[in-house]
Amino acid sequence: MSWYYIEGILIQSCYTLLIVLGLSILTGYTGMFSFGHAGFVCIGAYIAVICTMSFGLPYLAALLIAGLVAMALGALLGKITLNLKGDYFCIATLGVGEAIRLIFNNLQLSWTVNGKEFVLDGAKGIASIPLKTTLWGDWRALFRGEIGTFFSSFFSSSLLIVIIFVAATALLMNSKHGRSMLAVREDELAAQMSGINTFRSKMLAMCMSALYAGIAGGMLAHYFGYLQPKMFMMVKSTEYTIMVIFGGMGSITGAVLGTVLLCALPELLRAVGDWRLVMYGLAVIIIMIVRPRGLMGGKEITDLKIFRALFATKKKPTLPAEDGGGADS
Amino acid sequence: MQYFLQQLVNGICLGGMYALMSVGYSLVYSIMNFSNFAHGGVIMVGAYVGYFTLTALGCPFFVSFLLCGVGSGLLAVIIERLVYSPLRKRHAPSLYFIISAMGASIFLENFVIAAIDGTPRNFPTLFSNSINIGGISLGVDSLMMIVVSVVALLILMFIIQKTKVGLAIRACSYSEKASTLMGINGDLVIFTIFLMGGVLAGFAGMLYGMRFIVRPTIGQVTNKSFVAAVFGGLGSLPGAIVGSVLLGVMEIFVASFNSNLRDLFVYGLLILVLVVKPSGLMGKVVEDKA
Amino acid sequence: MSKEQMVFKNHDPNVILELWHVTKRFGGLTAVGDVSFQIKKGEIYALIGPNGAGKTTIFNLITGVYAITEGRIIFDGRCIGQGSDIIKDDARETDVTPFQLKPHAIMSQGMARTFQNIRLFKSETVYNNVLTACHAMADYNIFQSLWRFKAGPKWLTKYAHQEEELRARTEELLKLMGIWQYKDMVAVNLPYGQQRRLEIARALATNPKLLLLDEPAAGMNPEETLALMEMIREIRNKFDLSVLIIEHHMDLVMNVSDRIFVLNFGKPLAEGTPAEIQKNPEVIEAYLGKEDDVDGDA
Repeated sequence: MSWYYIEGILIQSCYTLLIVLGLSILTGYTGMFSFGHAGFVCIGAYIAVICTMSFGLPYLAALLIAGLVAMALGALLGKITLNLKGDYFCIATLGVGEAIRLIFNNLQLSWTVNGKEFVLDGAKGIASIPLKTTLWGDWRALFRGEIGTFFSSFFSSSLLIVIIFVAATALLMNSKHGRSMLAVREDELAAQMSGINTFRSKMLAMCMSALYAGIAGGMLAHYFGYLQPKMFMMVKSTEYTIMVIFGGMGSITGAVLGTVLLCALPELLRAVGDWRLVMYGLAVIIIMIVRPRGLMGGKEITDLKIFRALFATKKKPTLPAEDGGGADS
Repeated sequence: MQYFLQQLVNGICLGGMYALMSVGYSLVYSIMNFSNFAHGGVIMVGAYVGYFTLTALGCPFFVSFLLCGVGSGLLAVIIERLVYSPLRKRHAPSLYFIISAMGASIFLENFVIAAIDGTPRNFPTLFSNSINIGGISLGVDSLMMIVVSVVALLILMFIIQKTKVGLAIRACSYSEKASTLMGINGDLVIFTIFLMGGVLAGFAGMLYGMRFIVRPTIGQVTNKSFVAAVFGGLGSLPGAIVGSVLLGVMEIFVASFNSNLRDLFVYGLLILVLVVKPSGLMGKVVEDKA
Repeated sequence: MSKEQMVFKNHDPNVILELWHVTKRFGGLTAVGDVSFQIKKGEIYALIGPNGAGKTTIFNLITGVYAITEGRIIFDGRCIGQGSDIIKDDARETDVTPFQLKPHAIMSQGMARTFQNIRLFKSETVYNNVLTACHAMADYNIFQSLWRFKAGPKWLTKYAHQEEELRARTEELLKLMGIWQYKDMVAVNLPYGQQRRLEIARALATNPKLLLLDEPAAGMNPEETLALMEMIREIRNKFDLSVLIIEHHMDLVMNVSDRIFVLNFGKPLAEGTPAEIQKNPEVIEAYLGKEDDVDGDA
């Protein structure tokens, strides 16, 4: 296994993690199930590519625009379905996800900006996209003395982007906004009766989730170098959901673990071939029955005893001696 | 005119098939309150049962048709026993059901790919002749599909409206908890709806195979039956049937206009329904109880 | 309905909640018919009646879970919901625009409730259950929640300061309800009685002016009920709030409440002090049945 190959898997893990993180907010924290996340990745990928290839925008700006467009779409979908009782949201994501893919599958457009022609050719997709997604930037530039190149590539490296998003998400989930989302998942009526605007919480989850997917889509497109609508089939959406479930719903650590595990596994499991997905399906069913909150069981790495032992936290002693009774039962 | 009528028949044909699928979905939704996304897998297995009984065993059409129903019905019941019933026992939230359903559908689809293979297969030609009614020639297979769908749905409606089990099902769709307190066997009701839904799914799979092709991914056609169920009114059985037939007819007409827009139209319609009238054609707005 | 209309200027400032001829119909069934009452500030007001009398429906109307069919509900001088048709000074106004505040909007005006069948955030810890409900005390936005240090300009450090307040408040409430020692336990694993306490703690976390308790003593033994009674009084005095309580335990109702409202089949039957209610022949009949049916369920 060459380094080039491993690096590829790591970059894929990075942007997949971003998608899974978003989906974890939506499914793991807020308890909403999406079948159409690949659609948001799809729209992000196309918008980012149009930004860089046709309008010549820098990579980071393209990612941001891609994320915002996906978010706007997510917000629209949320506005329509989140007030309805029942499985409408679920079925709507299925419809929207497929619709986005089908639109790009049928869209024949071309336009010219600054004398450069850009063609969207339906199912044929887009080829020769500049490869701008790196793992940790172009560190060789340092030795060549091109410090500017190094910094610009470093700040757009997928590892840095993903670390920033993981940290931000972890902080956000440990705030009143994250707690409100969890309350919606646990018991929506009780959440409302505690004065939580559940629509707003669900909307926030939807928007963040779509934003992450859009940005990740841009990274994906600039990693593969080509785009085709069939890269965003519904199967992809379910694969992302499986990663969330493997790691454990309601845990950021779980999302990271699930993604890294399931991105690397296909390579390790190459021998079993077609049976891999059979095992995934079976595993999802078993997890739901035996350990519905996945590997991490809703806990974060900071909650684990081993972590606490290694990094003694500053928390005050919590229990007065006389009433330690029921705490562990 | 000839063309129009033929398209209409094709549309009803497709709609009937959707109806067979969406009825099973709606039954489960109305009682267990979650979208059973494993339904597609059941349909796909039904189609494979039909294919192999026809080709490998050489069964006559009606025998293999019934075997489809039996196979899919059993599969649906087994899925309920192994996958949903443990969740039901501990009153898991509906999110878990949806995820498990997704797991089951991934399992079934890929099991068939791994155990058989992923190549598309064609059914042997069963009815090649066509009959002429008032100057319009209609394929026997289309008429057969319509007749089969109508008969199957009529039997289902009879069971639900006239029998004791049907009464129990209707009671459970209002409130499962209250019904079980009144002495209705909830397990039996759920067993029945999965069995009936599964049998109809098997029929639908067989018809789909006759009409189009058999391959492991045909389960995804159920997505359209979900759309049909929303279009007709989520949770309403007559709504699901009417919605399915209308969707089938509209889809065929759109396809005859431009076949690329076929799927896009279906999902576009879904979004339109959600914006304009989420309760669908025949759905009712419910106030849930605290 | 505009904001100005919602506020009633000549409203009695001593009344916290007022129901004006409230009716709720489900299809053809009248679940609540023409119910009117006023709860004064600081009062413990009880709603009693046989099973199926519509008590919980009234709670759901007050909290906005159901839309009102007819009548109007005024909370702290503001209309929180009204039906299509209102009786005002015995004259019927029919062309009223129905209006309904969303549940979370009603609750954040200073109401809190518990449920007949306890509804906690089940897989959360006891501590987080209360902390989540404290949310209204903090107003930092999503970007401010990313900065965790106390150092920095004021607009940036909102999280650190406000979160500290929330945690102090949570600790205070858990200690008050005597469940501080369970704070790291997952809520669903708590003993039943403690779950009830936790639910009340969570309700208090929203800083309510009116607390709605739906059968708080259900499933409790006499001792626990007695303790609960004390607690309800203590809470009322300490937080200076009004309490509306639905209860089946007659001892609890008669001892703790200032006034009682009796419902029967969705219709008002009587209203008065515990002593008056105990003597009311209609109430006795509704509760105990006619002379020959003494075993009827109370």
